[in-house]
Formats: sequence, structure tokens, C-alpha cells
Amino acid sequence: MSDLLTIEDLHLRYPARGLRHGPEILKGVSLSIAPGETLGLVGESGSGKTTLGRAVLGLASPTSGNITYKGENITHASKKRRRALAREMQVVFQDPYTSLNPALQISDILAEPLVAQGMKAAEARQRVGGLLDRVGLPANAAERYPREFSGGQRQRVAIARAVALQPRLIVCDEPVSALDLSTQAVVLDLLIDLQRSAGVSYLFITHDLSVVRHVSHRVAVMYRGELVETGPVADVTNTPSHDYTRKLLLAAPTADPDRQRERRQARRALQTAQ
Amino acid sequence: MTTVDPQLVAQPALPARRRSGAFRRLLRRPLGVSALAALLAIVALGLLEPVLSIHDPNFADLAFANAAPGTPDWPLGGDRFGRDIWARSLAAINVSVISGLIGAGTGLVLGTVFGLISGYIGRRVDGVLSWTFNLLMTFPALVLVIVLYPVTGGTYQSMMFIFGVFLAPGIFRLVRNLVVGVRSELYVDAARVSGLSDPRILSRHVLYIIRGPIIISAAFLASAAVGVQAGLAFLGLGSNQVPSFGSMTSDAFINIYSQPVQLVWPSLFLSLLIGSLVLLGNAYRDVLAAPQGASSSSSRRRRPGEKAAAVDARMDRDDTSTPTLSAPTLSTTSPATPAGGLLRVRELRVEYPQPDDTLRAVVDGVSFDVAQGEIVGLVGESGSGKTQTAFSILGLLPPQARISANELSIAGENVIDSHRTALRKLRGSVIAYIPQEPMANLDPSFTVGSQLVEGLTSRMSRKEATATILELLARVGIPDPMRTFKSYPHEISGGMAQRALIAGAVAGRPKLLIADEPTTALDVTVQAEILDLLRDLQSEYGMGVLLVTHNFGVVADLCDRVLVMRNGVVVESGAVREIFRNPQHEYTQKLISSILDEDTVRTDLPVTAKDEG
Repeated sequence: MSDLLTIEDLHLRYPARGLRHGPEILKGVSLSIAPGETLGLVGESGSGKTTLGRAVLGLASPTSGNITYKGENITHASKKRRRALAREMQVVFQDPYTSLNPALQISDILAEPLVAQGMKAAEARQRVGGLLDRVGLPANAAERYPREFSGGQRQRVAIARAVALQPRLIVCDEPVSALDLSTQAVVLDLLIDLQRSAGVSYLFITHDLSVVRHVSHRVAVMYRGELVETGPVADVTNTPSHDYTRKLLLAAPTADPDRQRERRQARRALQTAQ
Repeated sequence: MTTVDPQLVAQPALPARRRSGAFRRLLRRPLGVSALAALLAIVALGLLEPVLSIHDPNFADLAFANAAPGTPDWPLGGDRFGRDIWARSLAAINVSVISGLIGAGTGLVLGTVFGLISGYIGRRVDGVLSWTFNLLMTFPALVLVIVLYPVTGGTYQSMMFIFGVFLAPGIFRLVRNLVVGVRSELYVDAARVSGLSDPRILSRHVLYIIRGPIIISAAFLASAAVGVQAGLAFLGLGSNQVPSFGSMTSDAFINIYSQPVQLVWPSLFLSLLIGSLVLLGNAYRDVLAAPQGASSSSSRRRRPGEKAAAVDARMDRDDTSTPTLSAPTLSTTSPATPAGGLLRVRELRVEYPQPDDTLRAVVDGVSFDVAQGEIVGLVGESGSGKTQTAFSILGLLPPQARISANELSIAGENVIDSHRTALRKLRGSVIAYIPQEPMANLDPSFTVGSQLVEGLTSRMSRKEATATILELLARVGIPDPMRTFKSYPHEISGGMAQRALIAGAVAGRPKLLIADEPTTALDVTVQAEILDLLRDLQSEYGMGVLLVTHNFGVVADLCDRVLVMRNGVVVESGAVREIFRNPQHEYTQKLISSILDEDTVRTDLPVTAKDEG
């Protein structure tokens, strides 16, 4: 089976003021995502994981390298092509408080991508009920405004917007990091359910290793603009080969006082060994 | 079909509370409604000119030259040529209104269109456009309008058009800066990914959000245009066949000694028109700036940065805003003698007044102790009241909060009855605080060192304080203490900033440390180091720690005891192992079962779509 998305040797440098170059954010990243697969992308703040997601979506412009989607090079796709690609790839952002326009009703937010792809407004509005149902929101949510919903509910709306066009790839940029613990688990299950029923692929960006274990088939670990390790989720999280991955795994506190003490000691041992 | 959100199911009948529109709120304000009424009345007078005026505005009858007001058929009298002042005033209203519309309209259209383009596209386009409009701004608009007289032919419409062009830079800069702020909002990115075209994003997502300030400046621009048109006419520029408040004032000015009352009419109408426009703009600005009581759910869930910044500002404001603590009259226990324990809290309540004059309790009867050398975790989800509990102990709640408790004592000192100054004395020496967002709690305009030293200067000389802080900065694991001491907050990382704040917090050798989500904003590897540091410092100093967090991993790492909060109530408390191994309350059970299992990984294989579309 051929890959849905391939990224080859991607470099990205944000332009600084004037003629000087800014720091290089991505330093030669290569990865691939198969249809129906979740690739977890783990890394700390500033590692470039969000920038990589934005480059795939066309929100950031790479300096070199290739992004290939279904065999088509979309690294520097035209605006027109990008608008058409909205049918193929979508996004769920981290912060459900700023990713929904506060001035629009939920029905407008959900109908918007459909209308943008040429659907009649009346027809798009009819689809809204079905979308709300898919993400477990009641139909009367359509006439409300984002501020009337909790964080978890808003994130459901954002997910409904992402699946409205039945895309093949959804970039999930820390979709559960801003949510409460109990909401987190429910939203993750919703994403997995949607994947099983629609066969959509996820590029799942997160800093939380327990979330990655829960949703990913494969994991890529990013550190300072480079991928240090990629592999099946069980291999990477049980037998990490790179020191940074090991450090990351031991740093995450576990919710068990005794196991956490062991982990703490292991981390300190690793620290002194270095 | 899929997992339904329990929160929504639990409250399906939530009434759809609409925030009333800005316009409707404007009408509820006396200033707004009277300014609008005055403006509409004047415009209506102008529109009814054909009905209301008896003579043509340029009709002159020398028999009525300088006629007194009240002369039959000449209600406001006649001017020095015997023209009807009433008819001329009505016509001049129309000229003023058209001037305002042309001037403000031109400035608004040019400024908004180019401001949107410049702010949204940015980069080179922004550079060129900003430069052009800045250049335009340097031209003296009035002089140019006069110099271009031959081009405009002196019609007031074309003069106002040119003046409007010179008004555009103000709007351009306003719109451009607003757009730059909105452009980076995630919903604009989401709209781009949704495949929306740029014009659609600009009109639907950007312009709609920033319309408020534009409407306000439009009112001011219109008043400026009206004033300038009158001024130019006063100077005699433009056709003398066009009745205008400027030319009327000019005519009356000649008669000022013989017929001073003639000056009153044009001045009165002009002041009313300009004044109502300016006041309307002001009222609209007040409406937009005022807090909107109806949207309580969104204002309650502030973003962490704002929360921390608000607290920080309050700490600087020298306690004037600290709410007075008061013991309820029912208090039976004598608060003077707490039985051991560093912190004793009994039946703590924090309430906020609601728009409908009821009180809503966010902390509802919380009781607990923190012993010396003990780390107590306060866990709960957002809105559980855990931060409110911590802040009420610190005395950092906003002034409208009503705090009451049967007992609230720190190190044997009762703070529920004590005065603000007593609480301030406790802060920094007996209680210390570590915030959630280290960056938001450092003032960007002072060096890190000077901010940390400040807290100590009441107790020691500046030199000693500096030495103490440098020593502590080294103690908290900052590699080059002197460099960090002299750095500004933006020059250090979030982890370093949190270390510096911890150094500042423990500098006063506090007995009780209150940490509000101290590692939530940090990376997981940095979090582990900060937790290590807190543990070491706690055992070194023997402090009691109240740790507010939502992260059970942090609780497991650090805490001896745990309090689980929900909706302002402690639902369960106990030793940390007990709570994790054997949670009693169903809410705790639910929370603990929500923790993602560490041992299982996803094993099902990718499913590909059976059919496309």
C-alpha cells in the first residue's frame, strides 16, 4: 500500500526582519503516513512539531525538501490548489477557545467548509445536524455560539468542522492538551472512533507520551528540528533507542506513587550517567 | 452513536443565553440614546427641508434684512441680505451631513480596504502600503485642500473627498494593527485550511471581529469632516450659493455687534451635530469596553496567562484591592488558638455576586489542614474551585469576592479577621507563592534580579538581598546566576524563569509555600527537574506545601496527602497511596480511571476507507 503523505528532507527557516535569516526550525525531517494510520509526533515546545504540521497544511512555507500527498508534490501548492486540498486534509488545533470564531453560530462554523467547496448554503445547513451527531453533540447545539460550550464541547465542534469534508488526513495539533483529564479521554476515543469508521489518517502532534500511546500506530520523536527516532508505538515507548526518547519517557510522571519513585530514580541515574 | 459528552446530556435544557447586541446595549445607555436621538433629529430636520422651509435658502428680501427671530414666516429671523436663517439652517444641515458622509466614507473605505490587505498579507505589501499611508499622513491636509482649489472647482463635495483621502491613514493604521492581531488567531488558520478564499476570510472572519473600533472612528471622522467643511466655508472657500454653517457664521460674524443672535443659530446646529457624533462614538466605545454580564460561562474560563497576569497586577497594587476578610457571625470556634498545623482552614466559602444580585459560591465549605513539612495536593478539573481556594489563603482574590470561613489561620495567626496589612506581612515571610505562568509573573521591563531583590529589601539591605538572591539562584540550579540576575525576563527560558521565581519565593524562608500549577506551562523534562527542585527545597527548609494541580502524575511524584475537589467542595481526601489505590468517591474513581493507562498501547491496525467520499 502506498503512503498517503510523505515528507522528504524538509527544511524550514522563518524569515527574520530585513535580509537576515531566522533560526532553522526544521532541519531535514522525513516521514510518511499510510492511509488510515495515526502517526504520533512527540516533542517539546520549540522542537518544530507544530511547524511541521503547519507546513503540511500550507500555513508555513518550507525552504527546501518535499511534501508529497497521493503522489502529488504539494510543498508549494498554489492558493487555488490549496483551497481544493481542503477536501483532502483538515486540522484540529490545540486551543478550542481561539480556534472557533466567537462571532459565528456553530451551524455557520460547520457549514462554512462545505459552502467553500461549492455546496449550496441550504444543503450545507442540513448536513450540520449529522455532523453534530457524529461528534456526540445534540442537534440544538447548532444555533448556539462557541462561548456557550465547555472546552471539550468546543473541541468536538472543531473535530466536526474537520470531518465535514470527509478528508483523508487530519493534522491534530495537541487536540487534547487544553482539556480536563476526563474530557481528554472521551475526545481521544471520539477521534479513534472516527478513524475506524472513516479510515482517515492522523498526524497527531502532542507533547504527552500517554496520549501518543493511546492513539498512535507509529511514533516519531522530534528534538530540535530533527526526528531522533521513528517506529511502532510499542517499540519506541518500551525500548527507546535514542537517549532523548529515554529521557522524555522517564520525565513523564506516572500516576502511581511507588512506580513514580522508581521512575524518578531511573531518571536520576540516567542523568548522572550522562 | 458515538460517545456523547456527559456534560451536555446532563444539562440539555440550558437556555440559549444571547449576549444582547452592541447596538441594543448602546440604546440602554442614557448617553448613547440621547446622542443618537439628537443626531437623528438633526438629520430628520435636514431631510424634511422641502416641507419645513418657507423660502428658498438663497431667496433674499431686503425688507427682512436683519429681521429679528420670531418675525412671521422668518422664524429665526433674516440675515444681513434678508435671507431666511431657518431655511438656510435646514439646507446647511444637509450640506454638513453630506460632507460628513463623503469625508468619513472616503477615509473609511480607503483606510479599511488597504488596512485589511496590508495587515492580512503582511510582508512586502504591508511595507509599501504602510510607507505610502505614512507619507500621506505627513501632508498638511487642510493646506492641500485649499491649494487644490483649482482642481476641485470649489465644490464642497470634491473638497470633502480630498479631505477624506487625508483622513484615510488614521483608519488604515487602526485597521492594519487590528488585523495583524486577528490574523494569527487559530480560527483564521482554520478558515484557510477549510479552503476559504482570502476575500471571504477577510470579510467574514477578520472584518466582523474588528468592526467595533472602526465604527467608533467613523463617528469621529464624520465629525472632523463636518467641522472642516464649515471651517473652509467660513474662510470663504467654495460657492457662496451653497448654504453652509461656515458661510452663515461668517455672515453673522460681520453683524456680531448689531445682531449677535444671528451667530447663535449656525453655532447651535453645528455644535449639536458634531457633539452628538463624538458622544455617540464615545458611548459606543463604552459599550464595547464594558463587561458583558450575560456571558458568565466564557468569562469564568479565563486562559491561564490572563489569570496569572491579573494576580500579578494585584500584587503590585499594594493591597488596596484585597477584599476584606470577615468571619461569619455564626463562628463558634475561637480562632485565636489553632490546634497545631501550619495552615488550618475550616468551612471556607468564596462567593461572587452575579448580575441578578444573587451570590454564586465557587468554594463551598472547604476544610483542611497542612502540617509543617507536609506536601498536600489540591486536585480537580477546571472550575472545581481549587485555585480560588489557594488564592483566598493568599488574599489574592478580586475585590468583589466574598470570603468567609469559620477559621483560616496560618502558622497560628488568624487571617480571617486580620487586616490587610497583617496579611501583607505574612506574604513573603510566612507564605510564599509560585505561579502557573512564570513569564506572566515577571515584569518585562525590569531585570529578573531587581524583581527578586525587591521582595527582600524590607528586611535587609539591598546588598545583602542581592547576595542572598544570587546564592539562591545557584541553589535552584541556574548555571550562571549572575547572568540570569541581570537578564530581562524575555532573555531566559520558561524553565529558568520558574526556577528564578522559586528562588524568590523561598528567599523569605517561608513556612508555607502555595504552588498553583507550578509545572503546567513547562515541558515534561523541565517539569521533572522543577519537581525535583521543589522536593529538595521542601525537605531542606521543612516547609509545608499546598500544591494546586490537575496532573495526577505530579501528585504521585510529590504529595503526601491529596484533596480532590469538584464544584467547590472537597469530595475526598486522604493519603496519596490510599486515594490512588482505593478511591472511595465515585468522582475520584472516574478521574483516576480517566488517566490514560501506561501499559497498553494501541494495537489495532490502520483501517483504510472502504469507499471514497
